[in-house]
Amino acid sequence: MHTNYIYIFIMFAVSFIIRVLPLTLIRKEIKNITIRSFLYYVPYVTLAVMTFPAIMEDTKSPVAGFCALIVGIVTAWLGGGLFPTAIACSAVVFVLELFI
Amino acid sequence: MNNNKHWFLKGLKDGIPIAMGYFAVSFALGFTASSAGLTVFQATLASLLCNASAGEYAGFVGIASKVSYLTMATMIAVVNIRYLLMSASLSQKLPEETSLPHRLLVGFWITDEIFGASVTVPGKLNPFYNYGLAISSLSFWALGTCLGAIVGNVVPDNIVSALGVLLYGMFLAIIIPPAKENRIVRFLIILAMASSFVFSKLPGLSSISNGTRISILTILISGAAAFLFPIKEDEDKLETGADASHAEAVEVENAH
Repeated sequence: MHTNYIYIFIMFAVSFIIRVLPLTLIRKEIKNITIRSFLYYVPYVTLAVMTFPAIMEDTKSPVAGFCALIVGIVTAWLGGGLFPTAIACSAVVFVLELFI
Repeated sequence: MNNNKHWFLKGLKDGIPIAMGYFAVSFALGFTASSAGLTVFQATLASLLCNASAGEYAGFVGIASKVSYLTMATMIAVVNIRYLLMSASLSQKLPEETSLPHRLLVGFWITDEIFGASVTVPGKLNPFYNYGLAISSLSFWALGTCLGAIVGNVVPDNIVSALGVLLYGMFLAIIIPPAKENRIVRFLIILAMASSFVFSKLPGLSSISNGTRISILTILISGAAAFLFPIKEDEDKLETGADASHAEAVEVENAH
């Protein structure tokens, strides 16, 4: 259990170094278009990879998790925003798992 | 001196709408932390030290699957790599003579939303503005994580399952609206989800830990996309702070 603190320390140290490196040592804008493009795409790709298939593995029933994914995509597509999308996903899992 | 106080108080005030979005996201994150086996104290500590939703989520996934320390460091670097861009941008925004301790503290508290607010300041940036923003918004980030972890430890199984998807819903709310506008982003999200599924199910590949899968696919897909579909100047909205997860704060502001 005590290794959790080492994990948390690594999480802190790496996030901190990335955040302070340009501010302290580099002190320049990043102009390279390939690097900028890469950094632009990273959040979308990483969040997509994190969401699926994990959403099906964190629920008791994978089917409920999959339905939550579909409902979440539709809600967000229709402009649902942060809270409604999250709550819609949650409600779908809660209701479906009463029956499955 | 007086100027610093003015900027600090302005930061505290401007951080309030950000705090509400943070509270919701970090509650969901705290819940994930407790499922990953962290104590309430550990989850709160992670939030106080890391200040990042995707970054902390990746860390908790790594802790849950007991990855090696090197794998953990790689994952955190990949998932948080975009902060390089924000930090580089802020290095131009701070006055030249800003001392090292101030630079370190401004860097420590870079988040999408704090960056977004601080680049809209006209002229040079007073670091005390960032401290005000960070203290009023990130205290709710830590508080939300703490409460999420507490709730995660006490609720029954069927509620755990339902609340467990809150964070994924939030991730979808961040990535889907830009996917609607931009067909390359749309294509990349579909590709990322499909590859992630294949990686986790295919014999051989499925032995790769969840954390390593996140790192490998993020680098491969974003890297290929950077070469194949370089962004146009106007597409890269980081300068104005309107990047992916800034939408959270904007949305909260609009709702009130």
